[in-house]
Parts: sequence; structure tokens; C-alpha cells
Amino acid sequence: MIPEIGQFALTLALMTAVVQGILPIWGAARNNAVWMRSATPSAALQCILIAIAFGALMRSFVVSDFTVVNVVENSNSLKPMLFKVAGTWGSHEGSLLLWTLILAVFGAAVALLGQNIPTSLKARTLSVQAWISTGFLSFMLFTSNPFDRIFPAPLDGNDLNPLLQDVGLAMHPPLLYIGYVGFSIVFSFAVAALIEGRVDPAWARWVRPWTLAAWVALTGGIALGSWWAYYELGWGGWWFWDPVENVSFMPWLLGTALLHSAVVTEKRGAFKSWTILLAILTFSLSLLGTFIVRSGLLTSVHAFAVDPERGAYILGLLVLSIGGSLTLYAIRAPKMDPGGLFAPVSREGGLLINNLLLALATATVLFGTLYPLFLEAITGDKISVGPPFFNASFIPIMLPLVIVMGVGPFLSWKRADLPGVFDRLKWVIVITLISLLVVWYMQTKGPALAVLAMAIAVWLLLATLREWSLRIKLGQVSFSESRDRLRRVPRSSHGMTLAHAGLAVCIFGFVGSSAWKSEEVLFVEPGTQIEIAGFDVTFEGTERVQGPNYVAAVGVLRVMRNGRDVTVLRPERRTYPVAQSQTTEAAIRSTPAGDLYASITEPANEDATGKWTLRILYEPLVGLVWLGSLMLVLGGLTSLTDRRLRVGSPKRKIPVATAPIAGE
Amino acid sequence: MKRFLIFLPLCVAIVIGLAGWWGLNPDRDPNSIPSALIGQPVPAFDLPAIEGIGGLGLSTQDFGDGSGPILVNVFASWCVPCRAEHAVLTRMVREDNFALLGINYKDKPEAAAAWLTELGNPYGRIGSDETGRAGVEWGISGVPETFVVDANGIIVFRFVGPITSDAALATLRKALAQAGADKS
Repeated sequence: MIPEIGQFALTLALMTAVVQGILPIWGAARNNAVWMRSATPSAALQCILIAIAFGALMRSFVVSDFTVVNVVENSNSLKPMLFKVAGTWGSHEGSLLLWTLILAVFGAAVALLGQNIPTSLKARTLSVQAWISTGFLSFMLFTSNPFDRIFPAPLDGNDLNPLLQDVGLAMHPPLLYIGYVGFSIVFSFAVAALIEGRVDPAWARWVRPWTLAAWVALTGGIALGSWWAYYELGWGGWWFWDPVENVSFMPWLLGTALLHSAVVTEKRGAFKSWTILLAILTFSLSLLGTFIVRSGLLTSVHAFAVDPERGAYILGLLVLSIGGSLTLYAIRAPKMDPGGLFAPVSREGGLLINNLLLALATATVLFGTLYPLFLEAITGDKISVGPPFFNASFIPIMLPLVIVMGVGPFLSWKRADLPGVFDRLKWVIVITLISLLVVWYMQTKGPALAVLAMAIAVWLLLATLREWSLRIKLGQVSFSESRDRLRRVPRSSHGMTLAHAGLAVCIFGFVGSSAWKSEEVLFVEPGTQIEIAGFDVTFEGTERVQGPNYVAAVGVLRVMRNGRDVTVLRPERRTYPVAQSQTTEAAIRSTPAGDLYASITEPANEDATGKWTLRILYEPLVGLVWLGSLMLVLGGLTSLTDRRLRVGSPKRKIPVATAPIAGE
Repeated sequence: MKRFLIFLPLCVAIVIGLAGWWGLNPDRDPNSIPSALIGQPVPAFDLPAIEGIGGLGLSTQDFGDGSGPILVNVFASWCVPCRAEHAVLTRMVREDNFALLGINYKDKPEAAAAWLTELGNPYGRIGSDETGRAGVEWGISGVPETFVVDANGIIVFRFVGPITSDAALATLRKALAQAGADKS
């Protein structure tokens, strides 16, 4: 009964979306206020209906209703409750339902919280949002219904892929989707502005909190996914340039560009057409990601069940949404006035470089990701593009960006005084050069680029801190006055400082863990000793541990340093009998200086019974990758609480910006 | 110029869309391409063993001696899908009746040795193709790639991409069964 209610709610949601897609925008064209206002209740209704459907599916998972095909295929009665709940979005159908739910939540949030947005813009935006909903709801109902029943019902389910049974990964899709799908509302705003033919600084200010919220969620989602890969896959890396990773990274890169260009549109009225284009492209890349992941177009280590029919349907949606919006852009963009003039050396100029480099980086990743497909289409050759390409092309684009990032915040709008900026940065430059020499002296092995990247990260961190201290006049005036200034500086400035410093911290982690890691892979028996990065590690054997739906062999590794006990590492190898698969649970000892990381697998070779394959790594500074990511997220959140994003809402004092992320 | 730039994103999107449409063609299996070598004897090549793991190298002489079928798997330690495929191959060797030989394509011996130590070595023989010359002879277009060679040393099947899905495994088993049946 409950699954039928879910199905029914989904069908009603589709009808609501169709109405919401027609009535408000028609009303906006005919200047009919009642029709325009209908957008608000219909967006709310649509959200409630999809939430009911989602709740129905989640209930089927929680009570293990094995008459539902989706539950049979992705759940098991023995599974811990958290993963039963997370199983709701573990499959293609369920994750699609989550996708549309988030789409509707963003629509409803704009409908209910966007009190200060002009009625016609709001009506058009919500209609465009409803077009996207219509596409995805119909896709779900026609090709991937999550509520399909099975008869007779099997006794137990097939279990969720054990790799996915992990807290980090249970949270990863919702966060990632909030990011992906959050850009949909920005897209809708952009298309609505194009239809309306008006883009002004006010438009940029309405759009900014949504962009920022989506960006924060996407950053968190990507960081969680990478953290999961780090400790769950047991390979000891956190980024593999896999197509599926790339498709989440591209919207992030372009979304970052969008955040910065929207600032120019808001403050100076410039870059209008470019901001609109970025808004369209960012969501287009999210859609492209959905398409690639769900169509089996490219070979990837993580892919959903592949079905060409589904792929064709999504491609149809892509053609309509991306093709339609870009055509509209091509027609309307030339009519936009170019906005404020500025000298090459200025805040605008700096942000222009930021945008060009980020767009170039996105294009590079896009090219590398799709190149195998193009090559196959044209010549029939099949290749896969791996880390060497991305490292060789992406890093040289990002390093100049990071250098400019240090200077950018010092530049003033319209025309900046470059010698004056360098005068304020002279000590930062000196310390950066010294740190370059120090790193070079300490690390003779490893690539020269790593030393350079390290120094550039030092530069970014110090320049960012310098800018922040100048802003609050730290050391120039009395401490209490500095504290006073600290409070008066807009939150968005603090957010920027935190995020920029976070990126610097991330770079320390990226470089340290990839350029200077030590790695040993070997067969071990009880008693085997290994020396790695100054640690003496003894393999003492394995223990068997029974988990709720798995059995694990737990390796015991005694770690000593200079004859003193440091810790005992317990990497696990879990076997899931129902799903007939195995996972690796790495044991990690984290310190600020670096992670000692161990994982074990049973050797595939039959001759080596009683032996285990031990992979042990020391990854310097790797914890900084996630610390930096956290700073990026916190920076974004701080910026979201800025008063500027709330002003212009005299009727109600609801913080527009914080609402969408409250749902996390 | 400006007009052109305005249309550029649309043009790029159209090109990507066309490629995607082509890619969805149900006849296109991302993992199969016909090979000119099907029905041909194994090409001439002679590869040394990977330094540091012992074992034997691989050359043309190892084929066509009447034993078979033989599965030739082209792999590399830098190839992520190979890692996924490795477990499947290891299990197949244990369960099915065939010889598994490997070509280690454009790989550093020490990296390959570490990879095999970590994951286990299911291969009967491995030729180390550091220069990629033998890969050219076999006409491979990437790694991983897998060939089925019958008892007479004739290549009868080629599979491009990792053998990780059930469908891929089934096609490979079918090809192996056919190659084995031809012998008797």
C-alpha cells in the first residue's frame, strides 16, 4: 500500500510540475499577477509530494519490504539501520528520487524564502525550475520507477554493495546532490533573466546565496567522497581522475568561477553576459555528469547499472535544457550592455584572470574526460585518459591561478595600484622565497614542481593572512580597535579569507601526500617487520571478528618509533556473504605531520596461504586535504551569513541564505 | 568575432551531444572492437620476464603447442580498471580450465612487481613490454585488453576494457569454451 502511495504522489508531483511550468511564466508574459503568484503554492506542493514519495521509499527500505524490486536489489534484512536508510539513495532509481527531491526543495525554498525577488522574475524562475522537474519526474516514472513490485517476494534482499556501506558514503550522495542540483536554481534564475531580458546587480545579489549554498554542499560532497575513497578503497589515494570524479569536479570549478564573476556583476554591473553563461554551463555540467554516470558512456570504476534506453532519455533532456538555454543565450546575450569599465590592473581584472583560468581548467578536465569518446567516434581507437594527462595539464593552469589569488584581494575596483600592493606584500614575498629554499633543502627527492607548488601555497596562505590583518589593522592600532574592526568587516570578507586560506592548506596536503609519500607493498607473515618513514612496524597476525552482516579478518600491526610503542593499527578485510563481495577497511593513524596508512588483502596466489598482502603508506600532510576542504566549506558558510545577502528584505527578517543548507 | 563567441558554447554542446548520441548506440559495446588479428596466428614478439619477480617471459613460441585455450591479458600497474579486473581474472584462473598469460604494457618493472606482490600473480607467464612494441604487434588500443588464443596459436577473440561486469565475463567464458571445443 505505502509504495503505491509513493507512486501516486510522484505522479501528482509530475502534474503539479507541468502546471508550475506553464502557468506562472505565461502569467509573467501576460502580466497576470494571480497566475504568477501560483508559482509559490505549486512549488511548495510539488516539494511536499516528492517528499511523500521519498518517505514512502525510505519506509520500504526501513521495514525491508521485499515486495519492492528496488529494496530486494539494494537491501538486506541484516543490514544496520543507518545503511537501510542510506540504501534509499544507493540505487539508480532511489538516487534519482533524491535528485528530484532536492530539485523541488530548492524550488520551494526560493518560492517561500525569496520574498524580495520581483514577482515576474520569481514566476519565470520557478517555471524554469519546474521544466527541469518535469523532465526528471517523467524520466523516473517512465524508465526507472523506484516503486516497481515483485511477486512472489523473495525471502531476503541482495544487500547493498558493501563498498557503499559506510557512513562517509551514506552522506556523500545527499551532499553532492545538494551541490549538483543546487546549481539548478541558479540555472533557472539565469534562464529567467534571459527570457526577461534584464540582468542587473540586484539579480546577481538574489542569485548569490543560492550559488554559494550549492557550492558549499558540492565542496563538502566532493571532500567526503574523496575521504571515503581514501580509507575505504584501500589504495591510499584520494583522487584518481576517474570520469565520475571529474564530472563532479567540473561543476565545482565552474561554480567557483561563477561565485567570483557574480561578485563583479553585483558590485560593478560588469561581466553580466559571462555570469549568465557560467550559470548555465555550471548546471549543464551537472547534468552532463548525471548523464555520463547513468548511461555507461565511459568506462569508470564506479557506475550505475547501465541501460541505453535511460541514457537516450537523459540525453534528450540534456538537448532540451542545455541546447535550449544556450540558444536563448546566443539570441539574448548580445543585447546586454557590457557594464562598468575597468583598467587591466584592478579587482575586476584579477577576477577576470580567475575566471579565465578556472574556465580553462574546466575545459581541460572536460576534454580529458570526453577525449576517449571523441577519439572512438572519429577513429575507432579506444584509450583511457589517466592521471598523467590531468596532472600535466591541470596543475600548470592552477598554479598561476593560486599566485594571482594571493594578490587579487589587495586590488581595488576599477584601477589598482600594483606597486603599492607589492609594497604591502614585500615581507610575504621574502618569506615565500625563504620557504622555497627551505623546502628545496629539506626535500631533494621528489619533483621540482612539488617544491614550487609548496612555495606557492605558502605565498597564498601568507598573502591571505596579510590581507586579513591589514583589513582589521592588526598591530597598527590598539588591539581592542582591531577587535572592533573584526566585527565590522563584512562576513563575506572573513569567508573569503577562510576559503582562500583553506585552499592553501589543501595544496599543502595535495603536494605533500602525492609528491613525498612512502609506500611499501609486501607479503607478510606473523612476525614480519617493516620499516617505513621512521616507523618500525611488526605484523603480529590476524584475528577474526564477526560483524552484523560480514565477517572480518583484522590484521594487528604494532607500530614503534625509536623503540617506543606508538600505536597498534588494525586494518580489516571484510567479507559480506550475502552480497558475495569483500571490502577493505584501512587502518589509519593520523597526525598533523602525516598519516600512517595500512590495508591488508588476502593474496590471490594459492601458494601463499597464511600470508597476507600488506600495503603500508606514509602520506605526509594528507590530513590537510580535508582540513583545507573543511575551511573551504566553513568559509562558504561564513560568507552565507553576510548581512549583504539578507538586506532588501524589509518585510521579513528571514536569512534567505542559511535556509537551503539547514536541511543538511 | 563576438557573434561567433556567443555561439561557441552552443556549438561545443552540440558536438558533445552528437558524440553522446553516437555513444549510446545500442550496437556499440564500449568493450568490444573487431580486431584485424582475429583468425590470425599470434604475432611475432619476444618479451623478457618482469625483473624482480622471477617467473618466465613470454614469446610467440609459447603459443600453438596444442595446449589451450590460452587467455592473454594486457595489463599495467598504472591502469585503474586493471585493478578491478585483476580479482576477476584471479578467480577465473582458479575456477575455469585455461592458461592465463600476461603482457605487462609500458610499465616499470619495479611498479609491476609491487602491483603483483600486492594483488597476487595469477599469470602463468608474463612478458614485460616496457617499450610497448609488443602491444603494437598485438594491435592493442589501450589497457586492459584480453585475447583468447586457441590450441593452434590462432587468436579467436579480443576483448577491450576490463572484464568486470557479468556480461563481459559471460562473453569471455563463451569464447574460451569455443576455443577449447575446437581443439578436441
